[in-house]
Amino acid sequence: MGVEAVLPERRAVAGWWPWAGAAAVVVAVYALGEMGWVNSYVTHVLCLVGINIILTASLNLVNGYLGEFAIGHAGFMAVGAYVAGVLTVKLDLPFALAFLAAGAAAALAAWLVGIPALTMFGDYLAIVTLGFNMIIVNVINNIDAVGGPRGMVGLPKESNLLWVYGTVIAMLLLFRNLVDSNYGRMFQAIRQDEIAATLMGIRVRRVKMLAFVLAGLFAGLAGALWGHLIQYINPQSFTYIKSTEILAMLYLGGMGSLSGSVVGATLLTVLLESLRDLGVWRMVLSPLILVIIMLRMPRGILGFREIRLAGLGRGRRARQRVAA
Amino acid sequence: MPLLEMKGVSMIFGGLAAVQDFDLQVEPGELVGLIGPNGAGKTTVFNVITGVYRPTRGRIRFDGADITGLPAAEITRRGIARTFQNIRLFPEMTVLENILVAHNFRAGYGLLQAVRRGPRYHAEERRLREEALDLLRLVRLEERAGQPAGSLPYGEQRRLEIARALATRPKLLLLDEPAAGMNPAEGRDLMEFIRWIRERFDLTILLIEHHMPVVMGVCQRIVVLNFGRIIAQGTPEAIRTNPQVIEAYLGEQEAAG
Repeated sequence: MGVEAVLPERRAVAGWWPWAGAAAVVVAVYALGEMGWVNSYVTHVLCLVGINIILTASLNLVNGYLGEFAIGHAGFMAVGAYVAGVLTVKLDLPFALAFLAAGAAAALAAWLVGIPALTMFGDYLAIVTLGFNMIIVNVINNIDAVGGPRGMVGLPKESNLLWVYGTVIAMLLLFRNLVDSNYGRMFQAIRQDEIAATLMGIRVRRVKMLAFVLAGLFAGLAGALWGHLIQYINPQSFTYIKSTEILAMLYLGGMGSLSGSVVGATLLTVLLESLRDLGVWRMVLSPLILVIIMLRMPRGILGFREIRLAGLGRGRRARQRVAA
Repeated sequence: MPLLEMKGVSMIFGGLAAVQDFDLQVEPGELVGLIGPNGAGKTTVFNVITGVYRPTRGRIRFDGADITGLPAAEITRRGIARTFQNIRLFPEMTVLENILVAHNFRAGYGLLQAVRRGPRYHAEERRLREEALDLLRLVRLEERAGQPAGSLPYGEQRRLEIARALATRPKLLLLDEPAAGMNPAEGRDLMEFIRWIRERFDLTILLIEHHMPVVMGVCQRIVVLNFGRIIAQGTPEAIRTNPQVIEAYLGEQEAAG
């Protein structure tokens, strides 16, 4: 195999059309929905799918690419949902502002959690993130100003396909560029051998913190979108049950794969949605799926592989085929 | 001025001194061998120099500055690179990517440029890749560039690990038993290779080796460690005839026999 094959020329122009195409499809579906040609339930579920894609892919940055094990992602979602909710409902601020503030607040929360958690190895991050998830739910339960356990009603219906999928596309582009760059190589190196990575001059804690804060930021944005889609938020929506659901989507789709996160989030969201009749038994489903995937399909559907719409069969896929 | 200077360095693990009162000076351009029986503390010395461990006592100076207690990543950035006794490549990454990881802190673009993919990003990625391929060509691994590092034969993994260390542009290279697991002919080739990279990259090298003949052939000066203490140092000839060294090694043989 020649040297040219390992020097993939990024086809800047060709690389853009799938993204432009995806954006066009979103706008088209949105327009059809506005004209009443697409069932509003369908657009609602599509929004849920998009929000779960954001949650899953952002967690993938930490659990997949970096190889850490964070299990309290719903906690950051809660921070975003409540910050955005307070800003739009109590302070009457525009949604765009609330949306950005939600991301910033969740990123800040991730940074604070990351300070103690990322100095420790492996399982400790799991314990700290799960603890954070529980603490944040308890804290919200005890703040009367946001309704405590009764939750907060009357969030304006600001989320729509454009907001959700605009965020999805921006996030996927950002993550794709990130993991294909020097940063992605640092993530991989840390995942495979942290000591060796350190001795290559990688400032491991800083790199981990970057991934963790980015993951928190997007979970916060997802929370803001979700709250303003459902128009009602309560602490019970953000417990470890939601975190487990995100983990199940992540492991189903596959670690270290953005297209995997899209696939996993889509499949599981649609599945859970179609089983609404099961009521409370639905809660058993995602943990069960998680266990089955981990036992039977540890790599998930697309673990460490990507579906590449541009230049199929060239670049990374070609390299991997040679490697295999 | 010595490139590396260690004064009174001790590394104590729960009351057990792995290295005790270790003094060492390495002049620029030297190739120094560090030998001693199993468990003598050789690898601990490397771990202390590279910042994997923080020494319990003593100071370490490198290139005119005190580096005692600096984080390992910062020590690497100042110009100390190493290999490991048990090879520690990034096995699932390609050979080329292993080299690129070592280039991480010389990538001339930041987070925003990586995300935006501006012209700067493309130019820098191209430069990094070309430099990495140049290095692979020098160590004759360019044919392997696209393969996962873990799939390489053992000898080539050793060579790749040395190349990866070189990619951090070190002034001082620490090699931890590079000939371990090799037959005598492979070992001789490797020593030839080490001599060559030393010339080519203008390196100072500190070499741990268990097999005496290998070190004797290549090093100018040898430091002998036993039970965490230096028991002798000098030219290979002086070491060969030093009664304490002979005893340390014979003692080991007796114990083994």
